[in-house]
Amino acid sequence: MAGLRAFAATISLSLFLALSPATAQTPPPAEGIQIGLSTDAISITAGFSGADLTIFGSLENPDPLVSRQGRYDVVVVLEGPPRPVVVRRKDRVLGVWINLQSETFENVPVSYSVATTRPLQDIADPTKYKQLSLGAQNLYMKPADETDSPTTIEEFTAALRERKTATGLYSENVGGVQFLSQSLFRATVRLAPNIPVGTHKARAFLFKSGMFVKESSAQLEIRKSGFEQSIFRVAHDYSFLYGVFAVSLAMLTGWLGRIVFRKD
Amino acid sequence: MGIYLPIAEISVNVFVLLAMGAAVGFLSGMFGVGGGFLITPLLIFYNIPPAIAVATGANQVIASSFSGALSHFKRGTLDFKLGGVLLAGGIVGSTAGIYVFALLRRLGQLDLFISLLYVALLGTVGGLMLVESVNALRATRSGAAPVLKKSGQHNWIHRLPFKMRFRASKLFVSVIPVLGLGAAIGFLSSIMGVGGGFIMVPALIYLLKVPTNVVIGTSLFQIIFTSAYTTLVHATTNQTVDVILAFLLMAGGVAGAQYGAKAGQRLRGEQLRALLALLVLAVAIRLAIDLFATPPNPYSLSAAGLS
Repeated sequence: MAGLRAFAATISLSLFLALSPATAQTPPPAEGIQIGLSTDAISITAGFSGADLTIFGSLENPDPLVSRQGRYDVVVVLEGPPRPVVVRRKDRVLGVWINLQSETFENVPVSYSVATTRPLQDIADPTKYKQLSLGAQNLYMKPADETDSPTTIEEFTAALRERKTATGLYSENVGGVQFLSQSLFRATVRLAPNIPVGTHKARAFLFKSGMFVKESSAQLEIRKSGFEQSIFRVAHDYSFLYGVFAVSLAMLTGWLGRIVFRKD
Repeated sequence: MGIYLPIAEISVNVFVLLAMGAAVGFLSGMFGVGGGFLITPLLIFYNIPPAIAVATGANQVIASSFSGALSHFKRGTLDFKLGGVLLAGGIVGSTAGIYVFALLRRLGQLDLFISLLYVALLGTVGGLMLVESVNALRATRSGAAPVLKKSGQHNWIHRLPFKMRFRASKLFVSVIPVLGLGAAIGFLSSIMGVGGGFIMVPALIYLLKVPTNVVIGTSLFQIIFTSAYTTLVHATTNQTVDVILAFLLMAGGVAGAQYGAKAGQRLRGEQLRALLALLVLAVAIRLAIDLFATPPNPYSLSAAGLS
């Protein structure tokens, strides 16, 4: 009975929510943001060496005055799938550099490309980004072992960001978002040559005079193209057969090599 | 021309890999070694992750040793029985090696261990070979007849129990050192991605007193199976064998080997050994520099949860 009553309550609540905007009719419609991807999947082929991904989007109900003064700012992020990562530090032991200390982080986005209309620090203040967890510097990296000392965690978090940036997986493209008209914009985010496969999330954040207004997101699947994907699949799903194939291929090559180049 | 390696997950240049395979093939044809000890470090210098370099190196070794063993089989310079016993030891050693490999990878010490093993082994073998060949060169220059090792002499190894007769090698010896040697080579094969010929050949000649003419064929025969086993186990437990990478290396390798073999015929034995020793030492020094020099960045990332 209690379950049924709760169910009825939810229905009436959702009906009320659905009706409320129509009945309220507040004067200026709120600004919104939408983005669209031309494709929902990108294939990495044999010749892939990085690419630029263009994302189009538009502002809904922009205020012409604010727009003319250039006080709308857009930040577009392409975030890779989250994965656990180990950060290791080499230290010198008896003259040899050895991985000694390590720190594991859970759910670190494998890649994180940002495109902005202006430098991030000019758009809003740092606390805003912290709240939104926006920008590589503000991503929260959750350590697997939270009992470690805060200074250690901080050091390894900084190293993690630095390494990701150095390998091109975390990037920032200032000026990568351009307004084509009052409402239409185009964002260019960089895909690194070593971009990981998986479900990536494109998110767009709208700021008005330094205040966060709205967010919109879309999903993008990055996968290896036919041949590379099949090899990767087979290597993981049928690993024994794959091994047999690798061995046979080597023997065949050795045998053919002997026939082709026979000297004795 | 770039190509995307599906397992290593990076883009590399096809011609660099073909050239690398051909250069190593040339040297392996010239010196009669598998070339695994050169391929794996070269791949690591070329930014291929060490785990993939090792597994793929083992795969590449099969091709060169298979084609070499075929020639020896035709000439009848291959002792199947001795090879079989070495192989039995090799399977045990290789299995142990794979477990150590996976364990070290989890601990984050795999790269260090691979480098240390390379520096120690290549340094020792290269150093010994250099001393031996320089002495031989000096002896021939001074006109003295080279001192031949007496192969009939017995050492402590020949007093061990469980003796077995190997007809093709004209040998009657305990199986313990044969199994042990096989196991050691198998272990190295799975951790270093080498065939182990550069250790096997001297060990068979100097420790077991196997006649030189059957040594290379027998060593190649056992290396085919040890590295095939290593490749299979790496493929199933670690998924680190990249067939595209291996094929490019093999294709360059089999072509290079033929020209290397021709070039090798024009050089004298001790000259060849001195050159090989210098090459082995050069690789060891290059790896040692990486161990001792301050790294440009002490931090490294790796995916967690790898077994």
